Amino acid sequence: MINMISNLALPIIVITIVTYGVYKKIDVYDVFIEGAKESFDMIFTMFPCLLGMIFAVNIFISSGILNYAYIFLEPLLNFLKIPAQIIPMIIMRPISGSSSLVILNNIFQNYGPDSLIGKMASVIQGSTDTTFYILTLYFGSIKIKKIRYSLIAGLFADLIGITSAIIIVNYLFG
Amino acid sequence: MINKIWFFFIIVGSLFCLFTNNIELLNKEILNSAKSSLEMITKIFPVIALWLGLMNIATKSGLLKKLSHLLSPVLYKLFPEIPKNHESIDFIATNVISNMFGLGSAATPSGLKAMKSLQTLNKKKDTASRSMITFLVLNTSGVTLISTTIISLRIMHNSKNPTEIVFACILATFLSTLSGLIMDRLLSRKNKI
Repeated sequence: MINMISNLALPIIVITIVTYGVYKKIDVYDVFIEGAKESFDMIFTMFPCLLGMIFAVNIFISSGILNYAYIFLEPLLNFLKIPAQIIPMIIMRPISGSSSLVILNNIFQNYGPDSLIGKMASVIQGSTDTTFYILTLYFGSIKIKKIRYSLIAGLFADLIGITSAIIIVNYLFG
Repeated sequence: MINKIWFFFIIVGSLFCLFTNNIELLNKEILNSAKSSLEMITKIFPVIALWLGLMNIATKSGLLKKLSHLLSPVLYKLFPEIPKNHESIDFIATNVISNMFGLGSAATPSGLKAMKSLQTLNKKKDTASRSMITFLVLNTSGVTLISTTIISLRIMHNSKNPTEIVFACILATFLSTLSGLIMDRLLSRKNKI
């Protein structure tokens, strides 16, 4: 059942969009091409961020410094059924979207996207957003200085998102 | 903040490599990052293009607008300070719907417009209003139905079932948004201006 929902979500969206487009007498193919062209702009703005983050994150992670941190954290993580490899992702997710994407890519490379760690990292990335970045950008744009309790509420949502991602993946796929 | 983190990663990582006599590895990683980033961008590029194409149909045909309208009644409940038929509800709805379909960067313009329009209702211009905070909680808790970037990355790493995680994502997103909103309500009661 759950598998069916997961697998049907994308086809249903595609069919709905295309059918509604034809129903509203849109030249669906032309409009599709026009939209797909926008991806070039998006990729060009994304590339420098990814390059910068891959550069820094890879130096940091491959230096092996985290392996020392894990030795202390291992008993606690084992108890909570959290794979240690996922920790950098949890820390970076609210701060930077591209760096957590880089970590996700590394996890896929090392453990495969279908491993438990791979699935867990996918769900964490998919169910949370870069709270710090969004708050800075959105409040900055209208010159708000006092952000009151927004950071706490945002980070709390991230915490619950990450926790439920770990529990759900352990339960569904563990 | 991101500047400091970037610097921290590079310096701590490099010093640790030097310290543990891993200079070869450090050299390799520095040069490899260029190659890896190109690989990664080519991995996610095609699916993003495909998705933006589909979403353009959804935008031009008015489907997104229609979905936003369906959302408005719920939003008026969440944002009691916004007067009826105020433009900010439309911007918020568009932003939430775009986020739902994994259009992260395409959601930003409507998000910024929503903030600007909420600012017109704000009494203290340098202080975040309750509606702004509720909106940002909604935004940062990441209401996502389909995360195209993740699915595309999974496809490119030869996942046997790239969309397998969709249900788990929706459930986790739902829980995080719900708890974010509850927290927002509790804190707003405690922190009245």
